[in-house]
Amino acid sequence: MAVETRTIRVDYLARVEGEGSLYVRFRDGALEDVRLAIFEPPRFFEAFLRGRALAEAPDITARICGICPVAYQMSAVHAMESAAGIVLGGQIRALRRLIYCGEWIESHVLHIYMLHAPDFLGLPDAVQLARTHGDLVRQGLRMKKIGNALIEAIGGRAIHPVNVRVGGFWKAPAQDHLHALLPDLRWGRDAAIKTLQFVATLPTPDVEQEYEFVSLRHPHEYPLNEGHIVSSGGIGITPQEWPAVFEEFQVRHSSALHARVKARGAYLTGPLARYSLNFDRLPPAIQQAARDAGLGETCRNPFKSIVVRAVETLFAFDEAIRIIEQYQEPTPSFVAVEPRNATGHAATEAPRGLLYQRYDIDGEGLIAHAQIVPPTSQNQATIERDLWRVAEHGQGMVDSELQALCEQSIRNHDPCISCATHFLDLTVDRA
Amino acid sequence: MTEPLKTLAVWKFASCDGCQLSILDCEDELLAIAGAIRIANFTEASSHVIDGPYDLSLVEGSITTAHDAERIREVRAQSRFLVTIGACATAGGIQALRNFADVAEYRRVVYARPDYIETLATSTPIAQHVKVDFELRGCPIDKRQLLEVLSAYLHHRKPVISTESVCTECKRRGNPCVMVAHGTPCLGPVTQAGCGAICPAFNRGCYGCFGPMESPNAASLADRMAQLGMTEPELQRVFRTFNAGAAAFRAEGERHGR
Repeated sequence: MAVETRTIRVDYLARVEGEGSLYVRFRDGALEDVRLAIFEPPRFFEAFLRGRALAEAPDITARICGICPVAYQMSAVHAMESAAGIVLGGQIRALRRLIYCGEWIESHVLHIYMLHAPDFLGLPDAVQLARTHGDLVRQGLRMKKIGNALIEAIGGRAIHPVNVRVGGFWKAPAQDHLHALLPDLRWGRDAAIKTLQFVATLPTPDVEQEYEFVSLRHPHEYPLNEGHIVSSGGIGITPQEWPAVFEEFQVRHSSALHARVKARGAYLTGPLARYSLNFDRLPPAIQQAARDAGLGETCRNPFKSIVVRAVETLFAFDEAIRIIEQYQEPTPSFVAVEPRNATGHAATEAPRGLLYQRYDIDGEGLIAHAQIVPPTSQNQATIERDLWRVAEHGQGMVDSELQALCEQSIRNHDPCISCATHFLDLTVDRA
Repeated sequence: MTEPLKTLAVWKFASCDGCQLSILDCEDELLAIAGAIRIANFTEASSHVIDGPYDLSLVEGSITTAHDAERIREVRAQSRFLVTIGACATAGGIQALRNFADVAEYRRVVYARPDYIETLATSTPIAQHVKVDFELRGCPIDKRQLLEVLSAYLHHRKPVISTESVCTECKRRGNPCVMVAHGTPCLGPVTQAGCGAICPAFNRGCYGCFGPMESPNAASLADRMAQLGMTEPELQRVFRTFNAGAAAFRAEGERHGR
């Protein structure tokens, strides 16, 4: 008897950053294989960082990702300062939080409006969306521009900012320069509320996934640069302990390494995890806005991630305003970092989730060993698990509908394949 | 009868996505661009793909796999006018550091199963593989320059892109010279303009992300930077970053290090 095989294949996933493909196979009516394959060519950052000066790490690691360069710079400078035994406070710390807010705004708004929203409305892109929802798309573009303007004001330019350095900033932005951003940021905060109200109306499948959420947690703040690494499965460690609890491994169909909790397996990092593990760290007004948008204190529906991203966008505008209102130029704008033979670790919250970096530094201040674990590589296994569930439940759909739902399911996690790949593996098995 | 809109395709090779993100970062102009040119193939932004050939192709990224070396030929064959965007596409990018190293060793350092990873020993610019009609520099590109290239293309004229050094735009910006005033090593004298002299405006030396200017005197600059205290390994590293594969920087990098 002939075996009936049904295959859904997307060779070039659209509206994600980087190159990946989707493969789903049913045999005799049973789901047999699901793969998010990453075929982005590896660039070997961890290899060529060896022998570079520790001061070069923020500029070099930024080039891992054009969408979230600030995240790479932040994890790099904190890791180098950890190796040097330095912890920075005051306005340098505040400025780092502020530039990260700009990146959250820019990246989240890009994803909400240009990459993800079209899925919910059955459209191919934001340009088509603009034909029916012109004001909405223009609102999103202006919000994104304000996020970029914030990064530019502190970093010099929005993509691969130049002003971040180990020990602080090359030059502190002038107080009046940042104050000039406040009217736009206040407009942006209002626009973020409208965005949240809009995404709350988008139709989402009613699914709940069993994730182990992993994120930073800070004693007082919604986490960006600092905190312990915690999980819904009971993990509570310092970034230094990352290698003891987590591990990376390679699978054949990806040039990005996967990661897992050693004791258990797949986990999820990113907006759903941050929100669910840190709801109590959001300001009360933002908690209320989240409730008004229909969210509880945790969110396990990946299709609602667009709503959580909108909550975090609102938070980022609000936090940026708070920081700028209290800002005073730090003098000096950086502290000297004396190299010593040591290992440094850091984890920060990139828009897509936890970004861990570890460096061994020699006595000359050169990097002897580098390890970089981006959020998308950590999320790959979970994205595939989501796909299994979606494909099983959507088996009755026609191919085009099932394919669209699978793609949407991947975009729920805003994968950044360019990031992931320098570390992940990648061969595509098209058998 | 109006002329049909020209079609635009955006292609990615080994890169960080930052240069094609610059298109989406043209927030004020994006909808106007979409009205002036038909975005026919841009997978980062749209799941709707129109088949080629295309009037204008923007190519991001460098060639690092045998598959991509084939793919760029197909892209060229489908493109009437091909513009490379960014340091990866014009010089090989930061990943061209492998060109000075043993890539098999690199693969072993990063991957437990290096045999799963297909990669070439070098990262090379697009122009080393196919004819390129225009190259736009930068790591990342400057979005104003990108708009100039698109606008010039649509008006059938040559883009006005300066090939002078960063020094000239640094003077125009009114920055004090970081090298003269503070003794800070700076690649501005040998680097092509286009960024707006951002780094000196932030009290640091230019690190060359727009690549070498036309006819740079890199050796003379390196001598001066050595007088300012840079060691031989430091001199090599400063020329070996995002445009390490560009001829003038590659040659100067090779003069140092020992």
